[in-house]
Amino acid sequence: MKSLLSRGSPLDDSAAQLKAIGEFSELLRGLPRFREKLASHGMNPLHPARTEIFQVNAGKMCNQTCRHCHVDAGPDRREIMTRETFEACLKVIAATEIPTVDLTGGAPEMNPHFRWFVEEVTRLGRKTMVRCNLTIILANERFRDLPEFFARNRVHVVSSLPYFEKAHTDRQRGDQVFEKSIEALKLLNAQGYGREGSGLPLDLVYNPSGAFLPGAQASLETEFKKALQSRYGITFNALYTITNMPISRFLEYLQNSGNLDDYMERLVNAYNPAAAAGVMCRNTISVGWDGKLYDCDFNQMLDIPVASQGSKTVFDFDARALGSRSIAVDQHCYGCTAGAGSSCGGATV
Amino acid sequence: MDTYYNPADLKKFGGITEFQKELGDKFFEYYGEVFKEGALTAREKSLIALAVAHAVQCPYCIDAYTTDTLEKGATEAQMMEAVHVTAAIRGGSSLVHSVQMMNKAKKISM
Ligand code: SF4
Ligand code: SF4
Repeated sequence: MKSLLSRGSPLDDSAAQLKAIGEFSELLRGLPRFREKLASHGMNPLHPARTEIFQVNAGKMCNQTCRHCHVDAGPDRREIMTRETFEACLKVIAATEIPTVDLTGGAPEMNPHFRWFVEEVTRLGRKTMVRCNLTIILANERFRDLPEFFARNRVHVVSSLPYFEKAHTDRQRGDQVFEKSIEALKLLNAQGYGREGSGLPLDLVYNPSGAFLPGAQASLETEFKKALQSRYGITFNALYTITNMPISRFLEYLQNSGNLDDYMERLVNAYNPAAAAGVMCRNTISVGWDGKLYDCDFNQMLDIPVASQGSKTVFDFDARALGSRSIAVDQHCYGCTAGAGSSCGGATV
Repeated sequence: MDTYYNPADLKKFGGITEFQKELGDKFFEYYGEVFKEGALTAREKSLIALAVAHAVQCPYCIDAYTTDTLEKGATEAQMMEAVHVTAAIRGGSSLVHSVQMMNKAKKISM
């Protein structure tokens, strides 16, 4: 599997993705527009609440090329955040009271400025969350000490593990990803991560390996805990269930497998107004590798910029202007509002 | 599509209340209660439903509970084992009747 970009796929174009999910078939054209759905519950336009999370996308470079990736990340991607842009992020963090900095990618650890940035955020007294894909820890000798580095900086580690069995995990994330993920989880546990009373949180992310929605978060968490503990002696704190967004490589899978219509219809039918009220774009601001600002990581990948006057990048960050913006929504947003809702922190209802 | 079974009809299941609302509503309320987490987990119930769907050979139920068991985190191996339970009981129920055949055959044979 290679990125859409390197394969020259038409879906590399974000406008083509939006067109595909909104207009590709009669059924898709007939589905209510997301903003109409919001309006029918008196929620259009959607406005941000208090910003709790400053999410920084360190770049699209990744050691993996997962089939469902919404970033179209991979080893062939070269777009990564520069030191100058990280510095601008630090200025914003220092000037605001946003409590959590959420570092994502790609594999954020591959960015040469990653460790320095984490240390600076820690110095500013903010909580750092790192979306670690686990296999990066074993990808190269220079990443082996990541668990220690995370522990030293009290980083909150959030890692994907689609399932506690090999077949599901490898089908979605690549050959041998399961074994490597298990080994990496053991290394994190050895540092105290996910262990009772250590204060080092290790959360896992489940997302369905196919065109279906995630089940109840609490029951899946119980299953994961039981299986990982009894089979491998692994412990973790919480499981987040995340719905696959119908964009990028997961969209390609939906199209190629003939599941796009059904999947979109399923998301629309499962629309939950309570989940709509709790969408993560209301408490998150997302920064792209090039410093541009977005309502969320999904809008970032779809090149939908923040609709705020005069504050479009981390270099001209203006909390007040951003606070009064309307959130830019489109059909992909149904991925956040289906059932119990979905966000980078799992179910929202 | 002009066939007895149309996949799109599954989505219209809720519409059975059109002809008899009260009983339909009662059924769906009961249905919802049955599948809630109880002494059995929602996942165990879904696997039972998948096995029963194969016993009653209902294509709607097979589609619906294939998706549902996957969503509840069941593995393909668990799903197939559930269907083997169906097959074993169906096969067994045929074979256990052969005792009657044997009884009768023995009775009327010299
Ligand atoms: S899903 Fe995560 S680990 Fe997989 S390719 Fe995308 S960024 Fe990398
Ligand atoms: S996709 Fe982004 S903008 Fe749309 S609802 Fe989800 S978090 Fe908000």
